[in-house]
Amino acid sequence: MKSLPELLSEQPVFAGLSESDLVFLAGCCGLHHVPHGDVVFREGGPADRAFVVRSGRVVLELHEPGRGSFSVGTVEPGEVLGWSWLHAPYRWRTDALAVGDSSLFAFDAACLRQKLEADPRLGYAVVLRMAELATERLHATRVQLIDLYGPRSGDREDRR
Amino acid sequence: MSGYDALWTPVLHRITRWRRDLDDTVTFGLAPVEGAEALAPPRPGQFHMLWVYGIGEVPISVSGIDRDGTPVVHTVRAVGRVTEALCRLQPGDTVGVRGPFGSAWPEARPGEDLLVVAGGLGLAPLRPVVHAAIEAPERFGSLTVVIGARSPSALLFEEEIRSWSHEGVDVRVTVDYADAGWRGSIGVVTRLLRDAVRDPARTVALVCGPEVMMRASARELTSIGLPGASILLSLERNMECAVGLCGHCQLGAKFVCVDGPVLSWERIEPLLGIREV
Repeated sequence: MKSLPELLSEQPVFAGLSESDLVFLAGCCGLHHVPHGDVVFREGGPADRAFVVRSGRVVLELHEPGRGSFSVGTVEPGEVLGWSWLHAPYRWRTDALAVGDSSLFAFDAACLRQKLEADPRLGYAVVLRMAELATERLHATRVQLIDLYGPRSGDREDRR
Repeated sequence: MSGYDALWTPVLHRITRWRRDLDDTVTFGLAPVEGAEALAPPRPGQFHMLWVYGIGEVPISVSGIDRDGTPVVHTVRAVGRVTEALCRLQPGDTVGVRGPFGSAWPEARPGEDLLVVAGGLGLAPLRPVVHAAIEAPERFGSLTVVIGARSPSALLFEEEIRSWSHEGVDVRVTVDYADAGWRGSIGVVTRLLRDAVRDPARTVALVCGPEVMMRASARELTSIGLPGASILLSLERNMECAVGLCGHCQLGAKFVCVDGPVLSWERIEPLLGIREV
């Protein structure tokens, strides 16, 4: 059976971190199992944990009274779930629900922030990765917004 | 028919099978009318010029080869005058066909993993590759198909995709928009690629879809470690003559109708970065 630092080393977000860094981070981490359909967090709730999806899938939703919930994206295995834990006011901005039985790495956010502040080298490395992930997610959202597969404007004929 | 005539003279074909896939998309089989000379069989990735008499001609990729008793199958989305007319045709109606034209998807080599990445209607030109791979699994390592669609209801060949999973194909689908009932992935296809590649050095990726999606996929695959020569894209340009004479589909020094539509990322990347080329 693999240790928690070994399991963390397999996650893309932690790739390249040293064994001692992973052991250091694993001190704040536990595994969290969420059955299908259960809530991981709710919009406005305290962002007191940081998550990485280990297996299963988590859907992010926004709720509009009178119109229901809108699925705005999913977080897949190996991906970071949420970054509201990283900065004030530490409140989630969406709902998150498990799709299928899911397993998450769950870090105590206060513990994690404390460790990242105590070790600025590691703190910078982790925050830089979070910034990269946020940039990738922002670009992906922009691509979704242009509705690539939607109806085409104009009447240009094409091959497909 | 002589080589020259085969290039320029449409051969009359009859629609044999017909199916509406989506509100704006149909798939139909074509066979030469009685007495007409059969065209050369196409290879996956090639295209035909389909002529609706009195309206016009358009390039359409082959979406099936020699299936269900039909020599060639095409999938057409109604986006303009000619494609709308093609989508209105019914079994028994006739169209003119020239071709096949262009380059084909490369055949997988034993031991190579095949990664098919399709966005929207881009799945149509890749469908014959999947069919061929399923029929000859000994000719490659593994087959993974990653599909991006606008929404679950806009997923092309939905039933068939389900059957691919039962045939041992690793199928991964993601959509841009979904309601609460969707249990699959929501987001762009590039996010599914890293997990879909086992060994970058022996993976060949075949990518087809809108160009933004293909560029993003190729860049992601490159960052995963696939060489540019192992990433093949099927380009979409304004092909008219289909034989490299009219210049409408010119991309730098290449004519997409002759040098493409299937080109490697290694060859095409510098050109895709230039506007108005």
